[in-house]
Amino acid sequence: MSGRDAARRQFLAWGAGALATLTIAPGVLLLRPVHGRAPEQAVTGKARWGLLIDTNRCAAGCDACVTACNRENGLSGATRETDAQWIRKVELRDPRTGRKASLPVMCQHCEHPPCVDVCPTGASFRRADGIVLVDKHICIGCRYCMMACPYKARSLVHEPLADQQPDVPRGKGTVESCTLCVHRVDRGERPACVEACAAAGRGAIVFGDLNDPASAIARRIAQYPSVQVRADLGLNPGVRYEGI
Amino acid sequence: MKRVLEAVVVGAALATALATGWAISQERGAPAGRVPKPAIVQARGDKCVEPVEFMRRSHMQVLLHQRDRTVHEGIRTKGHSLKGCVECHASAATGSVAAEEGDFCRSCHSYAAVRIDCFECHASRPQAVAGGVKP
Amino acid sequence: MEIAYREIEGRSGAYWLLLAVLAAVTAAGLAGAWAMEHHGHIVTGMTNQIVWGMPHVVAVFLIVAASGALNVASVASVFGKDFYKPLAPLSGLLAIALLAGGLAVLMLDLGRADRLVVAMTRYNFTSIFALNVFLYTGFFAVVALYLWTMMERRMNRYAKPVGYAAFVWRLVLTTGTGSIFGFLVARQAYDSAMLAPMFIAMSFSYGLAVYLAVLIAAYAWSGRELDAAMLRRLKNLLIVMIAAVLYFVAVFHLTNLYFARQVAFERFVLADGGIYPALFWGGQMVLGSLVPMAMLAHPRLGAARGTVVAASLLVILGGLAQMYVTIIGGQAFPLELFPGVEATSSFFDGRIHPYAPSLPEFALGLAGIAIAGMIVVLAVKLLRFLPERLDARLGESS
Ligand code: HEC
Ligand code: HEC
Ligand code: HEC
Repeated sequence: MSGRDAARRQFLAWGAGALATLTIAPGVLLLRPVHGRAPEQAVTGKARWGLLIDTNRCAAGCDACVTACNRENGLSGATRETDAQWIRKVELRDPRTGRKASLPVMCQHCEHPPCVDVCPTGASFRRADGIVLVDKHICIGCRYCMMACPYKARSLVHEPLADQQPDVPRGKGTVESCTLCVHRVDRGERPACVEACAAAGRGAIVFGDLNDPASAIARRIAQYPSVQVRADLGLNPGVRYEGI
Repeated sequence: MKRVLEAVVVGAALATALATGWAISQERGAPAGRVPKPAIVQARGDKCVEPVEFMRRSHMQVLLHQRDRTVHEGIRTKGHSLKGCVECHASAATGSVAAEEGDFCRSCHSYAAVRIDCFECHASRPQAVAGGVKP
Repeated sequence: MEIAYREIEGRSGAYWLLLAVLAAVTAAGLAGAWAMEHHGHIVTGMTNQIVWGMPHVVAVFLIVAASGALNVASVASVFGKDFYKPLAPLSGLLAIALLAGGLAVLMLDLGRADRLVVAMTRYNFTSIFALNVFLYTGFFAVVALYLWTMMERRMNRYAKPVGYAAFVWRLVLTTGTGSIFGFLVARQAYDSAMLAPMFIAMSFSYGLAVYLAVLIAAYAWSGRELDAAMLRRLKNLLIVMIAAVLYFVAVFHLTNLYFARQVAFERFVLADGGIYPALFWGGQMVLGSLVPMAMLAHPRLGAARGTVVAASLLVILGGLAQMYVTIIGGQAFPLELFPGVEATSSFFDGRIHPYAPSLPEFALGLAGIAIAGMIVVLAVKLLRFLPERLDARLGESS
């Protein structure tokens, strides 16, 4: 049933989109961000959001992406073992060659996410556009997803919180991780870390639609070598790295 | 004598279990105060997103439906959004819908002995006044 | 001869004292759970690195032991050994009690224990965890039915088929419990197909140890007769089970050592991981396996009640040590995101994660054991689980 429904909805959506394009002046259209979607439109599998991180442009000691993420999502920024960290800077050193690299690690938004497979209530889920999320309304805090995640991307909220960001509800006893700033993406904006990295003059993180061959991210991964972390697990993450 | 002892031990065990269960259930949300009648805070705007009668009776279904549509399908219409409720219904006194007993979402709920956990996570104040550190 | 089952008297001061102690431990555990619920998991030693802690160690032990405790009953009805028949009801009771204790701990440890309704009504069927919820509920039902067919004379003739069902169910259940860890492919500690069979062997051993300890205690305290021949058979069975576990543990670690990428982890739990090798060698191997085996095999002392109880308790402690090494040790060893490369970060990448269980979570874990104990202590008083005399001739002639 849902398949036909979704197809119909998609058809209507495209119809509406086409109509809008015809009626609204094309100039207005150009002002809208490329991945804009009307608020009443459901996400589809047409796009798959991803990140490409160029470690050659990422500097050790720069944590602009981390602070931006904390500010955007209302995280304290504290780094005790019980504090949530949605994105972290990892410093690598190859003992054989001495080569160093610095890179941010966050939820890798897998195509086949183990957290979703193991979640007993279905709270962990993968949105149609590839963003892996926790529905905190049905998360029971069992932390099986944290056990299953190969990237250590998830955190449990260990204490009661107050003064959360209105866009990013968070609360004690539930598991959370990078949402790819889903609230911003749905508004047609880029994730906070991507903006901050660009603002810091590095532009090491590219955000875009992996499914759209014309997008900057798709063109780059088609042209230059990039890798997925723990590619051997076959999870096909939506986050890729250059230069490691 | 033995019988009495029996009863006391079993009774004590049961009482501890029940008391803990009760205490845990009390943890969520505010304790139900004895409010004689809900005094509802004046809202911003001149009408609600749906007819008032309907909202009084069915706002929970509206919210839960919107919740699933937003979280799973990315539908972000303003009308039934919880953020929207907060924006119009935050009280002038506290700037919140759930900070004090008299605030909008708590007024009827304490009266009806309903407990909600929404504001453990959701901001109970509108964006502009939120305590967060927006640039 | 008929087997005469009888409730125990349960009026002595000692009986009530035991019950009171168990109730007190349970109450302390509930207080711990309340603290975790009120303040959050910050009051535990668990962190975003060690995400499963002491409660899980005890809970998984209880669940694994539960399915093993059913073994005696399975042997009686599935393999037609009438000899074990009088022992079967207690076996079923222990299975239910241990499972209930384990599940209670798992539930109370949840970040949102208040969302129990969600846990019971929403299922993701690809999750082995959710599948386990069904396996556990089914286990309760099958064992309860099994108990009924054993204890109600009119139902006796169904005991065999239901016994079969219970036996198969318990194998699946333990496989399921083992698979909870087996599915965590990313973690070196659990990425092994040996895990599920190893858990089954462990369940046999831990379950039988619990069974023996409870059986002997119940008979000693209620002043009933326990036949020496019967005890000898059971303790010999325990020796075999311990040996089976040793075999699987050896194969598990040897195969792991064979894979180059697992060697670092093996070195961690077997040699230089501090508490973990200590618990593995000292707790699981020496005190939990070799010493009890030697005690039970002793020609003269081996079949003495005291020896069997002591050996059983050692096996139980060894089992808890094993769970600690498997569950906590498996998490303490850092995940390798970038194999072969040294990694550091604010989120403790590349570092051994420390863990120190706190009082509330200790209390919660102990409460699981106490809850199981209370169920047993109350049930043998209220219902007829224990044969009045345990005599080797009983089963054979009935
Ligand atoms: C545009 C501002 C606005 C928004 C957004 C809004 N409301 Fe209202 N609401 C009002 C106003 C104004 C009234 C009073 C209407 C009246 O008394 O005629 C009201 C009345 C109500 C009442 C009835 C109170 C009573 O008098 O018994 C409920 C319940 C209610 N709103 C719930 C909600 C919920 C839940 C949401 C979010 C889904 C929401 N409202 C969003 C403006 C708003
Ligand atoms: C454990 C934290 C948590 C709790 C408790 C919680 N929510 Fe949410 N809620 C979230 C998160 C996270 C989102 C997703 C926000 C996003 O993507 O923009 C959300 C989104 C929503 C949305 C859609 C966004 C909006 O503002 O309209 C609604 C509606 C909603 N929740 C309703 C509720 C209601 C009603 C309750 C109480 C019964 C509740 N939530 C309790 C975490 C929580
Ligand atoms: C007019 C009085 C009134 C106001 C104002 C009100 N509620 Fe309610 N609400 C109720 C009543 C009564 C119930 C219980 C209904 C039932 O149980 O059938 C309820 C139930 C709920 C529930 C379902 C709780 C559960 O566990 O079943 C949610 C969620 C909820 N309200 C959210 C809100 C929010 C959010 C606000 C503020 C924006 C609000 N309510 C304001 C009267 C009110």
